[in-house]
Amino acid sequence: MPRKPLEPPFTIEYLSILDSDGNLDTALEPEIAPADLKRMYRAMLLGRRLDERMVRLQRQGRIGTFAPIKGQEASQIGSVFALRPEDWMVPSFRETAAMIWRGWPIERILAFFAGRLEGGQPDPDQHDLPITIPVATQLPHAVGLAYAARYRGADAVVMVYFGDGATSEGDFHEAMNFAGVWHVPVVFVCQNNQWAISIPLKKQTHSRTIAQKALAYGLPGIQVDGNDVLAVCAASREAVVRAQAGDGPTLIECVTYRLGVHTTADDPTRYRSEEEVRAWERKDPLTRFVAYLEKKNLLEPGLEEAVDAEIARAVAAFEAMAPPDPLAMFDQAYAELTPALQAQRAEVAERLKRPEPEKPGAEPPPSPPMRGQRKTSRWAS
Amino acid sequence: MGKLNMVKALNFALLQEMERDADVLVMGEDVGIDGGVFRVTEDLHRRFGARRVIDCPLAEASIVGTAVGMALYGLKPVCEIQFSGFAFQGFHQIENHAARYRRRSQGRFHCQMVVRMPFGGGVRALEHHSESEEQFYAQIPGLKMVIPSGPRNARALLVSAIRDPDPVIFFEHKALYHAHREDVPDDVETLPLGRAQVAREGHDLTLVAYGAMVRVALEAAEVLRAEDGVETEVIDLLTIAPLDRETLVQSVGKTGRAVIVHEAPRSFGPGAEIAATIMGGAFLSLEAPIRRVTAYDVPFVGFAREKVNVPDVGRVVAAARETLAF
Repeated sequence: MPRKPLEPPFTIEYLSILDSDGNLDTALEPEIAPADLKRMYRAMLLGRRLDERMVRLQRQGRIGTFAPIKGQEASQIGSVFALRPEDWMVPSFRETAAMIWRGWPIERILAFFAGRLEGGQPDPDQHDLPITIPVATQLPHAVGLAYAARYRGADAVVMVYFGDGATSEGDFHEAMNFAGVWHVPVVFVCQNNQWAISIPLKKQTHSRTIAQKALAYGLPGIQVDGNDVLAVCAASREAVVRAQAGDGPTLIECVTYRLGVHTTADDPTRYRSEEEVRAWERKDPLTRFVAYLEKKNLLEPGLEEAVDAEIARAVAAFEAMAPPDPLAMFDQAYAELTPALQAQRAEVAERLKRPEPEKPGAEPPPSPPMRGQRKTSRWAS
Repeated sequence: MGKLNMVKALNFALLQEMERDADVLVMGEDVGIDGGVFRVTEDLHRRFGARRVIDCPLAEASIVGTAVGMALYGLKPVCEIQFSGFAFQGFHQIENHAARYRRRSQGRFHCQMVVRMPFGGGVRALEHHSESEEQFYAQIPGLKMVIPSGPRNARALLVSAIRDPDPVIFFEHKALYHAHREDVPDDVETLPLGRAQVAREGHDLTLVAYGAMVRVALEAAEVLRAEDGVETEVIDLLTIAPLDRETLVQSVGKTGRAVIVHEAPRSFGPGAEIAATIMGGAFLSLEAPIRRVTAYDVPFVGFAREKVNVPDVGRVVAAARETLAF
């Protein structure tokens, strides 16, 4: 009847390959083709520049509320890089860079944040789910997709994104548990950006790491420097290979930082200090990757201008979109319009035919007389 | 198949649909080797194996949530929630996602899935095992809400629900599971969703009911004929949403009087929508205010007091007489 540590012991690893000072651990350096390194940097830069542009577009009222990714580019591109097109990507609402990598046109992402339904439609052959807003609720979908892929005999892997706040939600724990029990090919990518709006990580969980939560569900977890694109890439590749080989799900905690606002409706000066933000700015994922690429002579001249021009073209395409057809709100509610929806659609169509009132506050037309009004003394009693 | 009770009839529907379509899966708590706590999934595990009849961890949100993911991939999961009283732990997956994915993705994805759950009182069960919560689902755009009233229509409606391209909430009344047997044909039978049935024809009064209340309404109609000489029409809704407005309006257009019977609490219940529908379509035919015979607006009362709360024949007959005498 001994009392002793269980064997083998539970362990959690931390992985860092390229640190914020540009030091490289060559023994751990992942093999990435030069062309891919260039693509990754371009995607990270595009993510950063688009982010800045979208904040301005929101301030100008040209799009609505938007959740910036600034600071999290390495976590997104390092992980999504490990996927093949036939794999599945399940975003939350702060994955702009990863979504563009997966082929979402920038103008469609802009449309989404401009309140247009068209922004949620992936291409017919694209293995991506649209943005999910309720925190952590997309995690069970990823597990179901992975189950279905395996059921149909496909070798697709599903990568699902969420933040540190999501790890407090029941759906996170349920999804990890289901994934463990079903042993399905899911890679859980937590972008631990330290803040869930105003709630810091220490108020979110008493765990030393988020990665260790995987152990409770019988799956491997790893904590990586989320601002180190090489480390994120190495961990993600390992997880994807594991999933493809039938060895089940993995949780990757990318330790990163949200340098900007939670959303454009947020004011982070209410809850965090300038010093903290400045300290994380020194760990910027782009800065160290630029230094790494410079040493390899892989920096392309004029890249910033090219990226800005791509963004400008997308903004122009977004603003040239035809105005939304109000009647389309009745489409896609069901496979076919129900009789009630047919009637409601006809009602709106009729209303839209009439001219708008001259100006707000103008006298409304007099009500038509009530038709079929029946006098009955019983109703009065 | 001969005469089957509702449990066997539902089981037969699942069996036939799983044989017909390899994309149909069954998932939930105890649905595998145990065959479900009410035995609706009996023997499916043996026939189709653990990959298609999935004993899930005990978590409603992920039973529904993973089913959403499967449906997005193209499978057709049929989830069992053990009791409707526990479905609220998965409600967000139904409302936030199953009901909305077609819209959100502009038709790129949709959720062809069924969420079955036993509901209703009259079975001497504890709290969360006896309630009627159809109003929560009937109100959600993007969902369909089906409630059969007997073995034969339960089988046909479940087949239709599984084949329907939209997510369907399928309520099974526990008191009906073993209440009676009906002939259920061997050949697959379907019933259109969104269509009510006239369970009994009459011209003096319309009783609108669904689920276990259909039998209550039919018995009340017998009493009204025997004791009052009144010919009552009984409408069995079968589908709560989308509501079959045409059948309701047609019936009350003929009878001029309507009493709605349901087990859900009265305020903001299905009866309110049914009454508004009748008012909108048959106002000029109405001879009396529409009455509702329902559970009262109280939380669970315990089965020792349930008889007072759940509508019975006496309450329906009394409401009908008041309506007729108005």
